[in-house]
Amino acid sequence: MLVGVIVAFQFFIPELNFIEQATFGRLRPLHTNAVIFAFVGNGIFMGVYYSLQRLTKARMWNDTLSAIHFWGWQLIIVAAAVTLVFGITTGKEYAELEWPIDIAITLVWVVFGINIFGTILTRRERHLYVAIWFYIATWITVAMLHIVNSMAIPVNLFKSYSLYAGVQDALVQWWYGHNAVAFFLTTPYLGLMYYFLPKAANRPIYSYRLSIIHFWALIFLYIWAGPHHLLYTALPDWAQSLGTVFSIMLIAPSWGGMINGLLTLRGAWDKVRDDVVLKFYVVAVTAYGMATFEGPLLSIKSVNAISHYTDWTIAHVHVGALGWNGFLTFGILFWLIPRLFQTELYSRKLANIHFWLGTLGILFYVVPMYWAGFAQWSMLRQFTPEGILKYPNFIETVNAIMPMYYLRAFGGTLYLVGACVGVWNLIKTTQQGKFLANEDAEAPALTKNYETHSSEHWHRWIERRPIQLLVLAFIAVGIGGVIEFVPTFLIQSNIPTIASVTPYTPLELQGRDIYVREGCYVCHSQMIRPFRAEVARYGDYSKAGEFVYDHPFQWGSKRTGPDIAREGGKYPDSWHYNHMDDPRTMSPGSIMPPYSFMLENDLNTGTTEAKIRAMQILGVPYPKGYDKIANADLEKQSKQIQASLKKDGIETSEKKEIIAMIAYLQRLGTDLKPDAAVTK
Amino acid sequence: MSVLFVLIGFSLVLAVGFLAAFIISVKSGQYDDEYTPSVRILFDDKPTKSSSPKAKS
Repeated sequence: MLVGVIVAFQFFIPELNFIEQATFGRLRPLHTNAVIFAFVGNGIFMGVYYSLQRLTKARMWNDTLSAIHFWGWQLIIVAAAVTLVFGITTGKEYAELEWPIDIAITLVWVVFGINIFGTILTRRERHLYVAIWFYIATWITVAMLHIVNSMAIPVNLFKSYSLYAGVQDALVQWWYGHNAVAFFLTTPYLGLMYYFLPKAANRPIYSYRLSIIHFWALIFLYIWAGPHHLLYTALPDWAQSLGTVFSIMLIAPSWGGMINGLLTLRGAWDKVRDDVVLKFYVVAVTAYGMATFEGPLLSIKSVNAISHYTDWTIAHVHVGALGWNGFLTFGILFWLIPRLFQTELYSRKLANIHFWLGTLGILFYVVPMYWAGFAQWSMLRQFTPEGILKYPNFIETVNAIMPMYYLRAFGGTLYLVGACVGVWNLIKTTQQGKFLANEDAEAPALTKNYETHSSEHWHRWIERRPIQLLVLAFIAVGIGGVIEFVPTFLIQSNIPTIASVTPYTPLELQGRDIYVREGCYVCHSQMIRPFRAEVARYGDYSKAGEFVYDHPFQWGSKRTGPDIAREGGKYPDSWHYNHMDDPRTMSPGSIMPPYSFMLENDLNTGTTEAKIRAMQILGVPYPKGYDKIANADLEKQSKQIQASLKKDGIETSEKKEIIAMIAYLQRLGTDLKPDAAVTK
Repeated sequence: MSVLFVLIGFSLVLAVGFLAAFIISVKSGQYDDEYTPSVRILFDDKPTKSSSPKAKS
């Protein structure tokens, strides 16, 4: 059978590491995309290509499609790595890749789908093992999520604006974001667990019935849980509650999977002592259990108030990524590579070292991050007896948790070193063995279980109908849904609910795009939650109507720096100028990267026309024909900012990027300023 | 917030699709046997040395 697609995976393992701080805004999306799509993605494909053929007792349907899939995916990864570091991004987390790459992903995903469904339809084993159900659900759901969330109006080859705005964009994004976790990091890996864990332990899964029940329950519930990423934001309360309820219910099917995995090893724990593969699996499944216990916990509003925007969430995702995805992948590799190369693992000792380095790495990463999250949250909400913020300067809270960041880096390094040891071990294994690219399948052409076949072709089709029905029905209804809904909400969403909220000026729009390009959203939120501490620190809480022109929304998910939803007018223009040049001159102790290149680079005003037109298509009410005169307005505003900087003794050209950036930052949250003044 | 209806629409389509798949798979006998499949996967076909059956594609 075909397994030729597998060996190149080792290349991607080193991607799984912690990140350096410099130009964090660009590297962080690269990090998340590399882990999710390069490491986990290739892990999924590797496991599916190996197990599917054995479970269906059939060769992959089409070798050419397999090759296209493999090389297409690797090209996408390369394209992602290149574009993200150059700041080509949509600014939507885990969906940062720009529209041409999005289209490529869709095509490659379809190729993958045709190949696996082809294999399933020509299978020689009538029963679909539970792992295959997980693969099917993965394929369908990821396709839907990716397409819905990536809807955008292109400005040019490298830039597009999300079809959705503000609250709507946030909802779509986290509907996607959460289900990316569910259907890219969870369901396919559960499928892999259901194949590779029993194989390694050489005993059947604890309860096949439980696996079926938890599969269907899991996929039913997961799709609704997205809004738990937006608790206490401007999202309507009922949507938040819906997300919370479904998230809490998810504990049952999630733990069903964990229990099923761990209990498979009952009576075989002596094997775990000796078999490094099983050790990896045990930690992986345990990490899955912890992360899925934590998930529902974090979806409770009062707990979420702590974890959201702090390092707690970072700890949570790394339990999942390093523990569950990472360790399951390593376990599979240590089991699979020796088999593919018809040899023994090169060194069990090295594998054990890898295991312990990895496990310690996870602990050193995760524990300090929990601590950091909790500590920072506590500091941010401290008031003095007089009722003023005890730590008014955000930087104090960052500096307080700095030791935790050191420990985290240490943990990440341990994990990376472990992974390198593992890769070396696997390379050595491949060198001492002989690669068996194609196993001769012994069970050719299973006779059909049905007595009548040759004459009743249509009958065979009906017999295979569940999958076809599923796919066709989904595509049919999905297309109908798009045609019906998209125009409807495009028009509705553009009715501003707050009269004083106006579209961005051309200069602010350009500045906003720089903000997106630099990934400012990965450290700065633009969403003030209705808590006393946040309102006292950042200003009046955010309202849904403020974001109607935000394509994409930039609420963020983590505050490594303070919220800047109401940054406008807080500081003079010159403060921003100096702060961008070197943040530490204005805020001693700041850990923000310097952006002095904004002072040097000229703003590209050639795109203004196209951007305004794209915004008009999206329904932003610029006057007709405004695209032609937008640059004139842009220059006028630039000159004003230049003049204001000059007053503070800063001489600069009005054509620099920094001017646009200042324009955008000074605009943030100012639409509502008059009202805020009245209430005070 | 009208995008909610789009998402609910899509989510419902997916959930109903899954429900239909579940019912059809139960009716077609996928889950009649809840034990054999879990054991069967443990037995791989041994690769044959002599024959090299041209893998079906």
